[in-house]
Amino acid sequence: MLKLPIYLDHNATTPMDPRVLETMIPYFTENFGNAASRNHSFGWHAEEAVDYAREQIAQLIGADPKEIIFTSGATEGDNLGIKGVYEMYASKGNHIITCTTEHKAVLDTCKHLEKLGAEVTYLEVQPDGLVDLKELEAAMRPTTILVAIMYANNEIGVVQPVKEISAIAKKHGALFFTDAVQAVGKIPVDVNADGIDLMAFTAHKMYGPKGVGALYVRRKNPRVKVTAQLDGGGHERGMRSGTLNVPGIVGFGKACELARLEMASDTERISKLRDKLENALKQIEESYVNGNPAHRLPHVSNISFKYVEGEGLMMGFNQDIALSSGSACTSASLEPSYVLKALGLGDDLAHSSLRFGLGRYTTEEQIDFTIKAVTDTVLKLREMSPLWEMFKEGIDIDSIQWAHH
Amino acid sequence: MAYSDKVIDHYSNPKNVGTLDKASNTVGTGLVGAPECGDVMRLQIQVDNATGIITDAKFKTFGCGSAIASSSLATEWLKGKSVDEAVKIDNMDLVEELNLPPVKIHCSVLAEDAIKAAINDYRSKNGLEQLVFEERIH
Repeated sequence: MLKLPIYLDHNATTPMDPRVLETMIPYFTENFGNAASRNHSFGWHAEEAVDYAREQIAQLIGADPKEIIFTSGATEGDNLGIKGVYEMYASKGNHIITCTTEHKAVLDTCKHLEKLGAEVTYLEVQPDGLVDLKELEAAMRPTTILVAIMYANNEIGVVQPVKEISAIAKKHGALFFTDAVQAVGKIPVDVNADGIDLMAFTAHKMYGPKGVGALYVRRKNPRVKVTAQLDGGGHERGMRSGTLNVPGIVGFGKACELARLEMASDTERISKLRDKLENALKQIEESYVNGNPAHRLPHVSNISFKYVEGEGLMMGFNQDIALSSGSACTSASLEPSYVLKALGLGDDLAHSSLRFGLGRYTTEEQIDFTIKAVTDTVLKLREMSPLWEMFKEGIDIDSIQWAHH
Repeated sequence: MAYSDKVIDHYSNPKNVGTLDKASNTVGTGLVGAPECGDVMRLQIQVDNATGIITDAKFKTFGCGSAIASSSLATEWLKGKSVDEAVKIDNMDLVEELNLPPVKIHCSVLAEDAIKAAINDYRSKNGLEQLVFEERIH
């Protein structure tokens, strides 16, 4: 029996794996110690648990456990990584390169630094969502201290050519930071093979708890340091003060271990379901898949259904299916997704998009239900759409003088 | 955001979806909004030339649920009204009836604009002067 509603918004957050929860529970009650308490067994137990989690996390990304700095999540990791490098390497330069499809936690951090004197280059992406390596190369300056490009995009799922990007940064003596929230635990990420110097990621996107994340900070070749953004007890090698969230960290560790062990089988199953969904929805006339299909996360599909508006479309099934739209009719600005616009999509296509994010517990039955519900709603709304009628009559919608309001 | 029951009802069972003959001089057509803004509304009225009564109204809308509901409700209100009465339909009446939240008020404004545009189209086809409406900030 199909249980409703169906959750297809795994890029926003994921449910916690029950196995993760199980490992966390003792650390709320009997093992409640402060990992920084050095002189009694409560503290030692907590520290031991944190150390074990640090190893589990490091193993997933091919890092040394000492290179894991715990944070409250990826927004903090983005802030600490970028602001911390900007402050620490101020004597070397003030130029940062990022791209227009980054998460707001990166873009707004860069904007903040611009007010403090940073120079920031925001690279445009190509229509498939990928950064143009030639443009990156051309943007490098002697004063460039950091290249900050995401591993995989949260809206369209495209995976950037991280190895090539890090090589360009290295060649010009700049550090490479990546927001890998959507990638870690979903696809193989190896900080050495990928040439990553700093990387932000978080537990709740990979079936772990909310409120805990990590910043990977390279210790060798080169040894990277960031200036702390919180003053206090000097935890986490002085880079991030604050009592460690021990139960969260234990859960994060377990989530990483499960991701490492089950990634291959999860990916195989989920990508098949994603492809089934995508192939079925592509059968709908005038539907377009956004983002490079060959360089993409296995569990994401972003599709524009031309001539219907995304929010109106979601209303047709949002009692039963939870997903996201690139349209932003609820916001006062009426601006659609800046990521889709950055791909060069017209506002009409950006307004007409849905993001499907599948996960560990997505079933074929749920996908079959979704295919039918989305298809039926698109067809129903097109019967109601004046733009669809014009399209069918051969009227060029771009030739109409619309009254912008 | 949760929609009101009335919005859901109009969205699920929209009234008067369709197309009238826009070439007819008894039909007035209003097309407002823009695809880039995520809302396009087309509202049409069929007028009995002898009585000035709106005998039929149809709409098609590209937009969110509130935009669809606003236009659906507008067509219901238009039917049976005289053109002179129809001019007086105010967007705030739609807001009230549909319980639209502040971020969706623009949907009702668009519906009011569509009504006025349809009436002016009808008037111009029948040699009547255009009504001038106050410019408003949406």
